[in-house]
Amino acid sequence: MKHLLSISNLNKSEAISILDTASELSRVSDGAVKKLPTLRGRTIVNLFAEDSTRTRISFEAAAKRLSADVINFSAKGSSLSKGESLKDTAMTLQAMGADAVVIRHPASGAAQRLADSEWMSGSVVNAGDGTHEHPSQALLDAFTIRKHLGMGGSDLSGLSVAIVGDILHSRVARSNVLLLSMLGAQVTLVAPPTLLPVGIANWPATVSYDFDSVIPHVDVVMMLRVQQERMTDLFFPNAREYSRYFGLNSDRMAQMKSGAIVMHPGPMNRGLEISAEVADSARSVITEQVTNGVSVRMAILYVLLAGGALEVGSN
Amino acid sequence: MTTNFLINNAALPDGKKADIAIANGLIASVGTAVKGDADVVIDAKDCIVLPGLVDLHTHLREPGREDAETVLSGSRAGAKGGFTAVSAMANTSPVADTAGVVEQVYRLGQEAGLLDVFPIGAVTQGLKGESLSEIGAMADSVARVRVFSDDGNCVSDPLVMRRALEYIKKFGGVIAQHAQDPRMTIGSQMNEGEISARLGLKGWPAVAEEAIIARDVLLADHVKSRLHICHLTTAGGVEIIRWAKARGIDVTAEVTPHHLLLTDDLASSYDPVYKVNPPLRTESDVHALREALADGTIDIVATDHAPHPTESKECEWQEAAFGMLGLETALSVVQKTMIDTGLMSWSQVADRMSITPARIGCYEHQGQPIAVGSVANLVVINPTQKWRVDRDLVLSKSSNTPYHGHELPGVITHTFFKGQATFSNGSVTSTGGN
Repeated sequence: MKHLLSISNLNKSEAISILDTASELSRVSDGAVKKLPTLRGRTIVNLFAEDSTRTRISFEAAAKRLSADVINFSAKGSSLSKGESLKDTAMTLQAMGADAVVIRHPASGAAQRLADSEWMSGSVVNAGDGTHEHPSQALLDAFTIRKHLGMGGSDLSGLSVAIVGDILHSRVARSNVLLLSMLGAQVTLVAPPTLLPVGIANWPATVSYDFDSVIPHVDVVMMLRVQQERMTDLFFPNAREYSRYFGLNSDRMAQMKSGAIVMHPGPMNRGLEISAEVADSARSVITEQVTNGVSVRMAILYVLLAGGALEVGSN
Repeated sequence: MTTNFLINNAALPDGKKADIAIANGLIASVGTAVKGDADVVIDAKDCIVLPGLVDLHTHLREPGREDAETVLSGSRAGAKGGFTAVSAMANTSPVADTAGVVEQVYRLGQEAGLLDVFPIGAVTQGLKGESLSEIGAMADSVARVRVFSDDGNCVSDPLVMRRALEYIKKFGGVIAQHAQDPRMTIGSQMNEGEISARLGLKGWPAVAEEAIIARDVLLADHVKSRLHICHLTTAGGVEIIRWAKARGIDVTAEVTPHHLLLTDDLASSYDPVYKVNPPLRTESDVHALREALADGTIDIVATDHAPHPTESKECEWQEAAFGMLGLETALSVVQKTMIDTGLMSWSQVADRMSITPARIGCYEHQGQPIAVGSVANLVVINPTQKWRVDRDLVLSKSSNTPYHGHELPGVITHTFFKGQATFSNGSVTSTGGN
């Protein structure tokens, strides 16, 4: 595997081997010396053409723990904000000898454009492209679910997951639908009809407009961020009404199965899609998602750049 | 000095074999064993002769974007593609909304001399959709404009559309509508459906096209004027046109070669060479369009030839310009989709690509029967041969063809404009028929 652009690039055993590799690597993060020499001398560029804090920091930490040299290239204050084309940026990175580019970009398909072009030859990791996919987020979500609720198997069979909110514009949802269903979970998408894409009849997920009817039956409730710009674009009457029907508050949380967990890819709008009580509750694994993100991203870089998964039990 | 030609042993659109003599710009004789004092004799065994193709929808980009195309380079591409007339869309810079601009484009076409360039006038000033452009002045100009379009933009205000339809009745004009509800397509990138849902690209729903078509056929009926629908792309749009024609509404419609062949799943590559407006639709739309072209519900094929410079396509999908080249591949794509599938005959191709577009545009000396006395605007195609499209070999100034590397049927061997060969033996002549 050279690139990670979409979950559809992975088959089930490859996905599981990334999760297993992440488990092994998480022991590094737990140790006193949080570093492996695996990618010493390799250069990884974080090309962030869109503002991001947690994903960029997470990839940076992951690369550094594998001893790679990391160059951060962000929208603000760089040539990207001066209208430089993706092609010229890519050719610059190629000239600098980047072994891998981790790209976050507002345009859907930007990562694939980079990978398919002859502009650069390194590996491309999609760290979120427009409203298309965010595969490393889905992998860290699957990792977190497996760690909490896995039935001992390597996949997620028998579990059921609700993804709630703005499915239409969510790259997190697209990647998670593909990955969680591939790993055997039952996925239900919960959203107002305006925030579901036309053309999802063939997605490996069921759809519901009624959060209350779904919530007692799922093991995982994954809340999605509602972007500020959706408020004024007729997707729903106002924030209060959205919150009333699709927000996760204490009352709804009380309906959840025992042991069921609450996830959110961040950043959260407390009081809109999720209440502060829920975000800070014992069911919430939101900060753990961040921790796991580093291990999963280490595993992704390991698999792409060190030429294969880490044998379970080695090291 | 004009050269006289004799085309030997060709098939006419109806399949009959004939020899065709061209002298002094006209067809001098059509029949068997025609003899003449031809300067050049062409052996057209295996070939079909059609009246020169007429494109009702061409973006020549001049004035304003001469880096993408000029009237001359577009004329060369047209001659190579078998065209003897093209219609220069109004969305230039400055916009063709005055007699001055349409006369400039008309004159540039005459100077190029490879085919007739008929300017299309803008319906509204600056294509803004607000107030009518100088439609009468353009109609009365040297360019004698009869087709008016804001193409690129929709005339979305129903009152503006109504007034435009009424106004052009004065001289028998036609409004060519780019049917796209602007509010429903803000930021739209591709057909809205299964593929857009997966790719996370903003959808351009079929209903945004169909709602405008439905409204405008009703307006055309109400004011008893003439409406032409540009680049129809949806099965639903076909149904509306069929209904309108059955009611006797004076509406015509066009389909592009690319909408007869390509589908929205090509966007999965995120390669913007497949980004076009209106967007590529689904397989079932393609089938509906082919059937409608065959049964006459759709009247004509028009290229929507839309050249763009490299940098406008060598980028992210959502940053890229809409549009693809069409002139040099149109006849081959029509052969592939309509002839080789058995849906249409060559005489129907002559109708859809020459006779009817010339009639809609009121273009003199175009789309005439292959008969003695007609101006010799002809194209000779060998349908038994194939060729491979190479974007580095196109005559257009731009290279955004979606068919790069495709093998297509039908090799054009000659194009004649006013009796002179504008294209022969694989190259365009430096001077044309004027």
